[in-house]
Amino acid sequence: MRKLLNTLYVSSQGAYLRKEGETVVVEVGGEKKLQLPIHTISSIVCFGNVMCSPFLMGFCAERSVAISFLSERGAFLASARGAVSGNVLLRREHYRKADDADSSLSIAINIVKAKLSNSLAVIHRAIRDHGAKINVNLLKDAANKIKRLIKTLSDAKDLDEVRGYEGEGSYEYFAVFDQLILEQKEDFVFNGRNRRPPLDNVNATLSFAYVILSHDLRSALESVGLDPQVGFLHRDRSGRHSLALDMMEEFRSVIADRLVLSLINRRQIAKKEFAKSASGAVTISDSGRKTILTEYQNRKQEEIFHPYIDEKVKIGQLFFIQANLLARHIRGDIDGYPPFFWR
Amino acid sequence: MRESEADPILISALQHAMFCERQYALIHLEQIWEENRFTAEGRVLHERVHTEHKESRRLFRQEYDMSARSPKLGLVGKCDLVEIWLDPKTKQPVRVNPVEFKRGRKKANDVDRVQLCAQALCLEETFNLPIDAGEFYYLQERRRVGANIDDSLRARTIALIDKIRAINISRKTPIAIYDKKKCDRCSLIDFCMPKYAAKSVNRYMRYQTAKTLES
Repeated sequence: MRKLLNTLYVSSQGAYLRKEGETVVVEVGGEKKLQLPIHTISSIVCFGNVMCSPFLMGFCAERSVAISFLSERGAFLASARGAVSGNVLLRREHYRKADDADSSLSIAINIVKAKLSNSLAVIHRAIRDHGAKINVNLLKDAANKIKRLIKTLSDAKDLDEVRGYEGEGSYEYFAVFDQLILEQKEDFVFNGRNRRPPLDNVNATLSFAYVILSHDLRSALESVGLDPQVGFLHRDRSGRHSLALDMMEEFRSVIADRLVLSLINRRQIAKKEFAKSASGAVTISDSGRKTILTEYQNRKQEEIFHPYIDEKVKIGQLFFIQANLLARHIRGDIDGYPPFFWR
Repeated sequence: MRESEADPILISALQHAMFCERQYALIHLEQIWEENRFTAEGRVLHERVHTEHKESRRLFRQEYDMSARSPKLGLVGKCDLVEIWLDPKTKQPVRVNPVEFKRGRKKANDVDRVQLCAQALCLEETFNLPIDAGEFYYLQERRRVGANIDDSLRARTIALIDKIRAINISRKTPIAIYDKKKCDRCSLIDFCMPKYAAKSVNRYMRYQTAKTLES
């Protein structure tokens, strides 16, 4: 399996990134802080006021290293990339399948099945590990409702129906999510998902975790030549990376949510990292974001068994594998899209 | 315009198709390219070849890195070296000898011979001269070895070109067939995923769903 490369996250305000030979140099206040060979990184994510020289951008494009520019809080602003990937046959087939109701439906059903199954895995793990401390009946009840939805999904007639089951499943899952927070409960209260802006510490952390996850999926999709804007489950909307959002569904709970839960439950992140503005929007401090990013990068190095490809792989490789499996399905190599099931 | 003119086949692509038709399609139809040790070594060698000097005498010319094409076969590419002998009276070419550079001291294999033959086919058309032999030059040994371009080699090369054209026209990437010896050293294995082509996704979904429901 191809090597798992690192993502370079730059959050120091006023940092300047430039090319030096075959390396990327990060300067802060005119001082060289970091120098990395290009072949060790797969993408660069810049938060806020971070500048890149045009030569570095061209160099990265040439080496298929994605550069994304996000606001300081993590909202997507722009990305720099080189010439569009050459695989026009794949892109055309991708659009045809996205326009075709049956093809989209079967891909969407598989994605949502895996999504619900994986959120079930998070609930089951909590029951197994912390059964004594939590309301097991509540969790089992939610689990059973989600199972029923998974069963019904196979018979979904159209995408709206699939979206409906997905929505119900997410609702059931987030209805018991507060149960999974075991420590610092007074500082991390969860009363359902809210975003744009997030209104509490848990939602702020979740939103940030989803942003970094979606960046990885977008660059994985681009690296195999798919168009991240054209989704199957999510409808096209200008400026939205619908396919990246589709692919995220399998991973949200098991990668992002579990990351957030363990940061809170292991007290790696605390109340002092959050600030509430007059509007009620909650923001995370620089050091808080750094903690999340570091832990996320550590997670990506962990190994996990992939039931379809029947191999142990690093979590960080899953995004490329899934993007490529989708591309292979679109090109007709395999009879469906096999999503990732967490066991 | 005929398909062969609109969409010429690269001589360098013949080696991909000969190694594996799917590899050819992934590189040339789907434009996937992953560099590994083998391709990197090849590129380094090429840079060396192209810095070689040129030589020219009155009735003998050496053209390094010469473009070659055959409109008839729809083939284009480069020859590492082409040697041309001129007639003393007419100053027209009377003999043409393609020389293909190879790293190391290894004997030429079939892939190399097909590539040399394709060059010869192009040069025959350009110079309107029969070419029944070429040479391989081994950089490490600094030694030349002759190679016959006989009828069976020609037939194989043309069959391969036809096969490639058929893939180009169909725009279909041939399905993967896992071959440990070949696949494990192929730089495209992570994109190709040869082990999973025959694996049913429907069965996988049924199994995984059942497993979730009984959890």
